[in-house]
Amino acid sequence: MDVRDLVGEAVAGMLARPVRSALTTLGTVLGITTLVVTLGVAATAGNQIVGRFDELVATAITVEVPETEHVPLVEWDAIDRLTRLRGVVSAAALAEGKDGANLPVRSNDLVDPARVTTQSLSVLAASTGLPEALRGRMVRGRFYDAGHVRRGDRVAVIGDQAARLLGVTRLDPAPAIFINGHAYTVIGVLGDLRRERNLGSAVIVPPTAGRRFGLRQVSRVLVNTDLGAAALITRQAPAALSPGNGDMLQVVAPPSPTRARDQAQEDVNALFLILGLVSLLVGAVGIANVTLVTVMERVAEIGLRRSLGAARRHIAAQFLLESTLIGLTGGVIGASVGVVAVVAVSAAKQWTPLLDARLAIAAPVAGALVGLLAGLYPAMRAARMEPADALR
Amino acid sequence: MPDQVTERPVAGRPIDTRPVIELADVCRDFPSQPPVRALSHVSLRVGRGDYLAIVGPSGSGKSTLLNVLGLLDRPTSGHYRLDGTETTTLREKHRTRLRGQRIGFVFQSFHLLPHRSVVENVMLAEIYTGQPRAGRRGRALAALERVGLTHRVDFRPGRLSGGERQRAAIARALLGNPSLLLCDEPTGNLDSRNTEAVLGLFDELRAQGMTIVVITHEQEVSTRAGRRVRITDGTLLEE
Repeated sequence: MDVRDLVGEAVAGMLARPVRSALTTLGTVLGITTLVVTLGVAATAGNQIVGRFDELVATAITVEVPETEHVPLVEWDAIDRLTRLRGVVSAAALAEGKDGANLPVRSNDLVDPARVTTQSLSVLAASTGLPEALRGRMVRGRFYDAGHVRRGDRVAVIGDQAARLLGVTRLDPAPAIFINGHAYTVIGVLGDLRRERNLGSAVIVPPTAGRRFGLRQVSRVLVNTDLGAAALITRQAPAALSPGNGDMLQVVAPPSPTRARDQAQEDVNALFLILGLVSLLVGAVGIANVTLVTVMERVAEIGLRRSLGAARRHIAAQFLLESTLIGLTGGVIGASVGVVAVVAVSAAKQWTPLLDARLAIAAPVAGALVGLLAGLYPAMRAARMEPADALR
Repeated sequence: MPDQVTERPVAGRPIDTRPVIELADVCRDFPSQPPVRALSHVSLRVGRGDYLAIVGPSGSGKSTLLNVLGLLDRPTSGHYRLDGTETTTLREKHRTRLRGQRIGFVFQSFHLLPHRSVVENVMLAEIYTGQPRAGRRGRALAALERVGLTHRVDFRPGRLSGGERQRAAIARALLGNPSLLLCDEPTGNLDSRNTEAVLGLFDELRAQGMTIVVITHEQEVSTRAGRRVRITDGTLLEE
């Protein structure tokens, strides 16, 4: 049998019942579309997520400052020199000495043995740029400014979790908290931290006020840079913070973004790939069902073809090719719809669509393969029919 | 045997004096409980150009005989030579090829593909026989001309009358010049006018030298055949 005849017969068989073929194709279309959309959107969204993740991580630098006995390595005003560097977005110095960690803090002076009114909270001194350096925002009130620092005002800013622990819900009555028995006025609540989230349960005081708790020396400097400037700032920051003693500072640079991206994308892809394959399996079952029904309906035609000299393999090949063509058609339509959907979703979300070109090519092939596999059993059933029985 | 070289030669084929059908002591048993013997020691010889009617009531074994003659089924025992080829020992693929090349089937229910045109239905007969694609449509048109259906070439079978459908099916059976036209109740679905038209066509084909075997239970059809055999309970009797 000529291959052109085989293809012609398969196409004619497919077109003989156009509505049924279209509905059968729909199963594969949905499967392949789901596959392409899930993989495409996953890749696009993954890239977007990873992009944001990268942006967060790739621009965060931490400078660890070792404690010295006499002259501090980093002065509090050294932050001004650092922020003047091109590429630095925000920076803040912190003093978190051993003495300042977990001091008893309570919101009133009442000693009530029946209630736990004292919380053990981390207390630290920080320069005025801390909210920006933590990539957070003032949930309530304000952060202290240079004036507070200069005057040595006994003010404090507390993290949102610390506020909940201490029962500070309003700032208009100028609530006081007692740190190690010393009263401080709470002027703001800091929250939504995207960096150093543990500071949400901390009490932050100006450097001048922190001396009372032994928070004299800068122990860490948090720096945020522009995207791509991290490497440069990593090199420049020590000299800017501590001219002459820069080599004693330890700079914690961002991790490699490539590895993080690959890992995140693999996680996302694996999940969506399973979803797509399940959809495709449903499509395959649909093709198998309809092809089997078609075979049963075309028994007389099978008998006729056998009487005309068709061998079993000719019958099998025709039905197999028909189901493969249905799968291929579904794959082509599904891939097209999927690509359009990915682009549409990306446009709506203002993302950059990211689609592996191999996926757009592999999707129709996958559709054809699904059709081929789905058609195996029905084709075998058709080929096994005895011509005399088929013609009865 | 000069008396056997009496028929007209079929176009393109040398004169063949061998019988088209030689059944010798053929039995066909079906393995049921109890076993059923559908054909019992049937012997039949059909010469080239014969027009034979096989008659018999329902359940007499007509269909089984047709299946054996058409190489759609194998006899349990005995021998069947088609065009001089012993078929009972042939492998399945050779039987299939022989069936496609030597036998033209005409069925009671026409078996035309409803979504294909008349000429496409006729062309179907050449797909599996190894004939070249080139000139296939021309040969199909010639077959349609033979049955007087050139005015319905591009029609779908659904738009044809019963007689026309059967003539289209006959044209399909004739494509490739088979040795044997095997007809199973060819007028069973036709009214008297169309029956007459189809029988007239058989007469013409017979006159052209075609070997025709018609299985029927209709008296009118069997009387038109030159020769008639009756099958009763799987046994064949010449009338």
